[in-house]
Amino acid sequence: MTDVAISARGLAKRYTIGVQRDPYGRLTEVLWSSLARPFRRKSAAQRGAEFWALRDLSFDVQRGTAIGVIGRNGAGKSTLLKILSRITEPTLGRAELQGRVGSLLEVGTGFHNELTGRENISLSGAILGMKRTDITRRFDEIVAFADIGPFIDTPVKRYSSGMKVRLGFAVAAFLEPEILLIDEVLAVGDAAFQRKSIGRIEDVTNEGRTVMFVSHDLGAVANLTQTCLYLESGRLKQLGPTREVVHAYQMDGLLARDDPGRGLSFYRRSEVPGAPVRITSIAAVSTRPERATIDLGSPLEIDIGIDVTTPIERLPIDVTIKDQRGRTVAILFSPDQGFTLTSSRGTASIHLRIEDLPLAPGTYFVDVGLNQSPPHTTAFDVILDFPIVEVENSGQVVQWLERPWGSLQPQRVDWRRSA
Amino acid sequence: MDPHRVRGDGRCCNLTESTEIRLALSTGLGPTATGQADHQEPTVVIEASHGWRELGLSELWSHRELMFFFVWRDLKVRYRQTAFGAAWAVMQPVLLMIVFSVSVGRISGVGPKNLPYPLFAFAGLVPWTLFASSLTSASNSLVSSEAIITKVYFPRLLLPFAAVGSFIIDFLVAMVVLLVLMLYYGTVPTIAVVWLPLFTLFALVTALGVGTWLAAINVRYRDVKYVVPFLVQTWMFASPVIYVSTLIPDNWRWLYALNPMTGVLDGFRWALIGGSRPDSLILVSAAASVLVFTSSLVYFKHTEQTFADVI
Repeated sequence: MTDVAISARGLAKRYTIGVQRDPYGRLTEVLWSSLARPFRRKSAAQRGAEFWALRDLSFDVQRGTAIGVIGRNGAGKSTLLKILSRITEPTLGRAELQGRVGSLLEVGTGFHNELTGRENISLSGAILGMKRTDITRRFDEIVAFADIGPFIDTPVKRYSSGMKVRLGFAVAAFLEPEILLIDEVLAVGDAAFQRKSIGRIEDVTNEGRTVMFVSHDLGAVANLTQTCLYLESGRLKQLGPTREVVHAYQMDGLLARDDPGRGLSFYRRSEVPGAPVRITSIAAVSTRPERATIDLGSPLEIDIGIDVTTPIERLPIDVTIKDQRGRTVAILFSPDQGFTLTSSRGTASIHLRIEDLPLAPGTYFVDVGLNQSPPHTTAFDVILDFPIVEVENSGQVVQWLERPWGSLQPQRVDWRRSA
Repeated sequence: MDPHRVRGDGRCCNLTESTEIRLALSTGLGPTATGQADHQEPTVVIEASHGWRELGLSELWSHRELMFFFVWRDLKVRYRQTAFGAAWAVMQPVLLMIVFSVSVGRISGVGPKNLPYPLFAFAGLVPWTLFASSLTSASNSLVSSEAIITKVYFPRLLLPFAAVGSFIIDFLVAMVVLLVLMLYYGTVPTIAVVWLPLFTLFALVTALGVGTWLAAINVRYRDVKYVVPFLVQTWMFASPVIYVSTLIPDNWRWLYALNPMTGVLDGFRWALIGGSRPDSLILVSAAASVLVFTSSLVYFKHTEQTFADVI
């Protein structure tokens, strides 16, 4: 028996985009071609534009490892998970998974709004692969974890979005497969519940299960995984210890900053449909016009542009400043009750000035969240790991990337020998 | 380790034992399944399939619990927040029976000579409703489950099968009303009633066959949504639901028998309320039904791997 839980060889997935034959074709024609398709070889024109979501991907995951999968939007992360969880077939290649596989690609899979919380626990559990006896055995734990108390016999359609999410995660949290595939499910719920969810995933990992975790949230990936896969345009860019891979990923983001094709959406964690506000720009006030740089010891100023669809009161905004290894340097919360945005022009601009953050020379990243702070249940918009500024020591570009001495270089320091 | 935990030796061992059993169960291989118990894990191999695939009926069987959950959900949801609840299961055939009795039933020769028309019509409408609802629901089963098809794996064939399941309960409720109607008219079934389950199964297999075909096509072409109501309506008039099959001229009977529902309805009535015994043409109906059913499974399995991509 090998110790490899997931082994992939040459996985590739091709999608055909755009062309769906003539959508207004006669039904007879359509029926005929649909019946005859297996017997016919398609011409290039019929196949339409091809798009390889994954190409020639090979890797092994050891049993009991938690592996992260990172990459920009469209890099093939979700496609990989869909193939491994057997939702879709690879076009080429082969993968072997040792043990029962559970996939968690969405919170609340199979929920039906008309059913009560109790009924949905059974239904969702069964759809996710739990046996009826397991569901019964775990039922009380699930209810306790979801923390929905007296609403257990209320139809889910009357739940708040936060309650629905908690219940959905709770069901999934008690799946007991040997291999667990998780996609970005932590992008939901309030901060407290997200912590609880991460804790639960940590527990699952510590129980010796193999976990594959896809996320845009580098912090979560760094916390939960030891190994990391970095995908770019469907190919394996790097596979190795999470710390190194995350670092390489962030550096790539930095280099690509001037590429106009890579807008903010590259860093957007998830889209909330119909969110009243949306981040349109993030920029540091720079000392040099052509690059986002500040001098060592100068204040850090950040401008955040927000598109306001619906006027909103008391919108909390948080900004997390991270170093190039993904470690948090500082978190800043908007004061008091947040901002009231009633701009008639549809845009608002938030200016943040930090006087006393003595960043050491190097590159820094920010996470910006709208409505992320508790007690809110839905984050309207979150941008993660956006490269914001380089701190220079009097115009001298820093060549070494990882300095052993940390992210802060205090400016007002007084050394003296006391008598 | 916490000393209090280890103190009772017996308790400790009990704990370990139960954990082992649980593990064995959770891998799906109980000690009874294989001699060597828990260390075996299933290997899932994922690769592109080529050509025609196995039907995977054993996989379907191993997921039967999920199928019951789907049936249970459909039943729960269908009559929730309705004033009449499960009464709707009988309302539809009863109302149709009344409508047909006061209209078509008055035309001489449409109904049988030796049976009251309302009983005749209702004994046709009950299996017909089972067939029509099952077919409609099965053909929508994949499209209406888009959300889970794109998010989790299970044998997709469960969906059309489960869609049919919940209508069996509706059918049983309607059967009770049919029995009441038989009591009212003083009709007593003969020994032929033992064939009744077979003809019911026959209706289900036909509905599943057509429903599974349409479900698979529906994934790619939503035209099916518009075709199904028309198909069901036409099919009803092409089957002996509200008229006797002897209305059809003898030299066309073989063609008429190609419609599996001809055999189902004639047989169902014969088994329950009497009438002419089905002749050998019923084998034509049965063969047509089995052909549609098996071909639908093959086609479904063949297109199954693209469902999540095109739905």
